[in-house]
Amino acid sequence: MSSGILTSARLRLPGRLRSAYIPVLATAGLLAAMFVAGGVRYTGFASGQVVLNVFIDNAFLLVVAVGMTFVILTGGIDLSVGAVVALSTMVSASLMTDGGWPPLLVVPLVLLIGSALGLAMGCIIHYFDIQPFIVTLAGMFLARGLCYVIGTDSISITDPAYTAVAQARIALPGEMAVSVSVLIAVAVAGAAAYVLHYTRLGRNVYAIGGSEQSALLMGLPVARTKIAVYTISGFCSALGGVLFSLYTLSGYGLNALGMELDAIAAVVIGGTLLTGGSGYLAGTVLGVLVLGLIQTIISFEGTLSSWWTKIFIGLLLFAFILLQRLISARRA
Amino acid sequence: MTALVRHRLFWPAAVLLLLLAANVAFTPGFLSIEMKDGHLYGSLIDIFRFGAPLILVAIGMTLVIATGGIDLSVGSVVAISGALACLHISGLPDQNDVGGVLTAVGLALGLALVLGAWNGFLVAGIGIQPIIATLIIMVAGRGLAQLITDGQIVTVNSASYKLIGGGYWLTLPFSILIVLAVLALTAFLTRRLALGMLVESIGGNATASRLAGIRSRGLTVAVYAFCALCAGIAGLMISSNVSSADGNNAGLWIELDAILAVVIGGTSLMGGRFSLGGTVLGALVIQTLTTTIYSIGIPPETTLLFKALVVTVVCLVQSPAFREKVFQRRGRRRPAAPQATDDEKVEVPA
Repeated sequence: MSSGILTSARLRLPGRLRSAYIPVLATAGLLAAMFVAGGVRYTGFASGQVVLNVFIDNAFLLVVAVGMTFVILTGGIDLSVGAVVALSTMVSASLMTDGGWPPLLVVPLVLLIGSALGLAMGCIIHYFDIQPFIVTLAGMFLARGLCYVIGTDSISITDPAYTAVAQARIALPGEMAVSVSVLIAVAVAGAAAYVLHYTRLGRNVYAIGGSEQSALLMGLPVARTKIAVYTISGFCSALGGVLFSLYTLSGYGLNALGMELDAIAAVVIGGTLLTGGSGYLAGTVLGVLVLGLIQTIISFEGTLSSWWTKIFIGLLLFAFILLQRLISARRA
Repeated sequence: MTALVRHRLFWPAAVLLLLLAANVAFTPGFLSIEMKDGHLYGSLIDIFRFGAPLILVAIGMTLVIATGGIDLSVGSVVAISGALACLHISGLPDQNDVGGVLTAVGLALGLALVLGAWNGFLVAGIGIQPIIATLIIMVAGRGLAQLITDGQIVTVNSASYKLIGGGYWLTLPFSILIVLAVLALTAFLTRRLALGMLVESIGGNATASRLAGIRSRGLTVAVYAFCALCAGIAGLMISSNVSSADGNNAGLWIELDAILAVVIGGTSLMGGRFSLGGTVLGALVIQTLTTTIYSIGIPPETTLLFKALVVTVVCLVQSPAFREKVFQRRGRRRPAAPQATDDEKVEVPA
């Protein structure tokens, strides 16, 4: 822990600020290299629509990873995100299909449930001083359990307005199109980047991640900020769940199994330190794109089985963690 | 009485007794153990038997957590070890051949040791945070397990392999005997020799312990290797009990249950201290909870809800901050009521 705090303090020394960009730049370089390699190797790969499809297929992961970035920047972790995504799809599907509720009522309700769950976990973590790992683990069990209480089978969503939104494609110049989810995800990422880098809340998040005790002694609102990041993560997971239900048009308790790992992996590949205090939201976006592009390349390759995705993600994690370690070791 | 309540194993033991009492209330014959065909049968034996892999993994996890680390990769190691053993056995000309089965077991445990040593190398050698270092094998290991089995579920038909997870020896399920042996060995090594204290010193302060002359790096690697070895044995048990290896689902989320067992047992995730007895109690609490839900007749869908509830309650009552705020406030209210708010402001969470 102590070395992480030192590292992040060094990262923000003005003269050495540029080295903090190295992991993000490395991720961007990797993304470009993967895209070029894919374009050379496969016909039809190097098109704008392939990139947009990565966005379309990973919009929900992007939103979830944005929330995870806030939590990880404070030095915490949120294991409940995948379960909250599943719970959101389940609540949406059961209320709309079985209850006949209008989507305009269901979506705010789902977002409220996710935020409330995040708020509750944040309060327990802060006021009772229990490890985030354990509290969010309990949150994960709770959310998955609630899914099974609602129903153990997959429920499909047939609401006409909802399916219309899900199938809508917004045309872009050059015969390309994106889904509504992508617009929402990009808006969330933009808003989060603004909050993290240009507002007081953002500075507090970085300060707590650097050193919680110092932040407390500086008079920063540690309690409010810590609870806020878990609430944000809960909100983002619920929104991710809404996007997931738009993507699959169904609710299922086993949806998004292990998505917390993908989100954490995206954040780490994006160059954010798990000890907190150092990282950029842009890195997370790049991390999600790298994960998405791996899947795209594997589907283009055709002969590679799906489990190679996991092995590649593991290798990438290793490479990026090593890179971060080398950068901080050189500075030390 | 207060000394009893303050004992660090009081709460997990109380929860376990409460769960058992609930079972006895609903199922009168719950505690009875009978002898059938020379084997012991009964709900208590079943709890031990089905909980055996979890107890094993949790024992390894306890030592890792005592060094201030955490091992997320145990679930993947469980899958890999089961997959490799089953693959090797399925390729044998005679699947009951004891030598062949022993080779398979040796191969699987050898690979588990290598994976554990790799984790330890990343943590102690390169200095990566344990949670990320082990995340690599947690993610890649699932892929590796599926690669070994080629995405299929490998089934075996071997009586000698079946013994590990589903067989009986000396009237007891063999898996319980394995757990007892590993537990006794671990307890001997850590509590009779200085090893346990050295492990705790690493968790207390790795640098200070190295300066004091402890080979903290080598010891850390050994602890991670031991944890992976425990996970490997658990993987053999799980795959042998069902005579098949499923790279995708074997040992799924067992790392979370194991960490939970360790925490319920009163070992702090900060490291520096550990309790093997507490861990075994914690694992038994988790397994008893599952059994209770089935035997009382609560729909199995709600297992996770109860788990969430029990985890929250156990962690809350063990949290010093919670106890201070809830239990002691009553006693303190009268003399120092106005200072209560001041206390909260000054408190610096470590």
